[in-house]
Amino acid sequence: MTALLSVRDLAVEFRSGRGPVQAVRGVSFDVADGEAVAIIGESGSGKTTLAISLIKLIPRGARVTRGEVLFRNDRGTRDVLDMEDDELRRFRWHEAAMVFQSALNSFNPVINIWAQFLDTARAHGMRDPKAVRGKADELLELVHLEPERVLRAYPHELSGGMKQRVLIALSLLLGPRLLILDEPTTALDILTQRAIIDLLRELRSRLGFAMVFISHDLSLAAELADRVFTMYAGRIVEEAKVGDLFYQPRHPYSVGLLRAVPRVSGELGALASIPGSPPDLVDLPTGCAYHPRCPFAVERCRREDPSLVSADSPQHRVACIRWQAVAESVGSRRPAEAL
Amino acid sequence: MAVRDVTAPGEHLIELDRISRTFVTPGGRITAVDNVSLALASGEAMCLVGESGCGKTTTGRLLAGLLAPTGGRLLFEGKDVWAKRGDDLAAFRRAVQLVHQDPYASLNPVRTVYDTLSAPLFHHRRARGRADAVAQINELLRRVGLTPPADFLPKYPHQLSGGQRQRVSIARALTVDPRVIVADEAVSMVDVSIRITLLDLLLALRAEFGVTIVLITHDLAVARYFARRGRIGVMYLGRVVELAPTEALVADPAHPYAAALIGAIPEADPTLTRTKERIPLRSAEVPSLLEIPRGCSFHPRCPLSEAGLCDVKVPDLLPVPGEREVACHIAVRARTATAVSA
Repeated sequence: MTALLSVRDLAVEFRSGRGPVQAVRGVSFDVADGEAVAIIGESGSGKTTLAISLIKLIPRGARVTRGEVLFRNDRGTRDVLDMEDDELRRFRWHEAAMVFQSALNSFNPVINIWAQFLDTARAHGMRDPKAVRGKADELLELVHLEPERVLRAYPHELSGGMKQRVLIALSLLLGPRLLILDEPTTALDILTQRAIIDLLRELRSRLGFAMVFISHDLSLAAELADRVFTMYAGRIVEEAKVGDLFYQPRHPYSVGLLRAVPRVSGELGALASIPGSPPDLVDLPTGCAYHPRCPFAVERCRREDPSLVSADSPQHRVACIRWQAVAESVGSRRPAEAL
Repeated sequence: MAVRDVTAPGEHLIELDRISRTFVTPGGRITAVDNVSLALASGEAMCLVGESGCGKTTTGRLLAGLLAPTGGRLLFEGKDVWAKRGDDLAAFRRAVQLVHQDPYASLNPVRTVYDTLSAPLFHHRRARGRADAVAQINELLRRVGLTPPADFLPKYPHQLSGGQRQRVSIARALTVDPRVIVADEAVSMVDVSIRITLLDLLLALRAEFGVTIVLITHDLAVARYFARRGRIGVMYLGRVVELAPTEALVADPAHPYAAALIGAIPEADPTLTRTKERIPLRSAEVPSLLEIPRGCSFHPRCPLSEAGLCDVKVPDLLPVPGEREVACHIAVRARTATAVSA
């Protein structure tokens, strides 16, 4: 299958007083049409920088130092990073839309929801208010809101969960084939989180868009992803089908993350934090960036920065020279079983 | 780890006795905490969980004596705290310490770790001179795992990681040898990879010094880990709706709201989380504190609600078999009936 999105050797740096911050360091991956991919990692792993680079929303002070973000549509394949403003404006919202983590507060507070829909539509060439209204009604109903009530409301009159629903509806206004979501459930209460997760699953099965979502929350990946990428210090260190990542993790950092998260149902299991803290992206450790925290590290890990290689299957790739030792130690977990 | 089990009655260290707190807001009067009773034994580790607006943070502040109740009493060693004066009140304030959820906000950015930790030592006359303060602070930093201490003394908050800042906050609470620590979302703002260590640190303080710890969190998985040998209290719209031994609560919640929460929580396990039993609610919207539904405040959302009962009568928090208490007409009826017939 041809990929909808192909990222090739992408690297992004930020300027800082202490030197370049290497937020993304040579990342490559594909996302197929209709596929849901989760990128998991902690703060400072580079996952948000990676996500915004996918729609060339490069923040001030940052620059792409190498790589390509190839997006395929009916007319062929384009590198998003080569797009000029006009083409980018079309690409964003029409082809790929993003729901931001901070978006709950980034509505324009002084205009109502209808005006937000209208503004977005106008900026992207939908000039007929009747058509916009029809589409808005349809999308708001899809996200289980009452269009009449919500379109009249101002952002402050909506709860966090309703705002998130409106944002998801708005992001789908121009029918994108890829939805990028940054921590889509992070600031929400449990029952609201559940409703948003179920909503995303339902929308995806009805509309068939692909999703890339960024989260520090492993359970969101467990809920929604077909494949999961683990990011650490600006690199993808493991990429696997969701079941393989959770039940047969092969990178020590993935194993560490899974062991660090308690669950509510099933066995509590033995839990432990990962020792140490994430590396300084200005002054990275030599060799594998994870080696100072890694219980599997050997002398070679200090010298060699490992690339992704196939582990148990060609689709399961891991950037660790010790993955076999990890496999021996972890083996295969069954569902709802402790590591 | 030596861990004491749940309390026998009569040896409560700190107790909320039918406590309430109302606030006057521009929209009207709201009751953030409504008639909550909660008793903690010395050395107990307990969690209060609930969604935003449930009153858990206000309950924590009432427990720590930082907020005066508008009804009911706060008892410490059986005595009414708000009737205390002078030295007695000062002693209570030392005995109960609050660790704030946001170490970015609660540590003064222009003070070094030494400044932050020495101030309470001098204020409470626990240190005689700088050398003594440094010696005590070194010991505190070792206790919270910031070693070697000398590396941390001159540091400012911005030079520390989130986890290290939270450790400094815990060390600050320890400067006055507290008997109770109320930790409000103490691990919510740190990375997932280090939460367990911080929870273990709090549990170690409890095991080592018999400190009573109340952890307030929205995260039931964190609560389950922390209070695995203790109890969890679930709050909804200002009330405790269920109070139960942790494993009993997560395996078999009695209150329909607790059951809905547990069923809704996404788990870090694809098979488990995609096959969990869900309790569908009748409404997704949380009522406003300004218009709390009459009767049981959960009834408009509750799948078990009975007309003429739940929409009329406020359920009290009543004991049911299994050392648990639940505020639900239906659950109490079902569980006491089962107990009688068995």
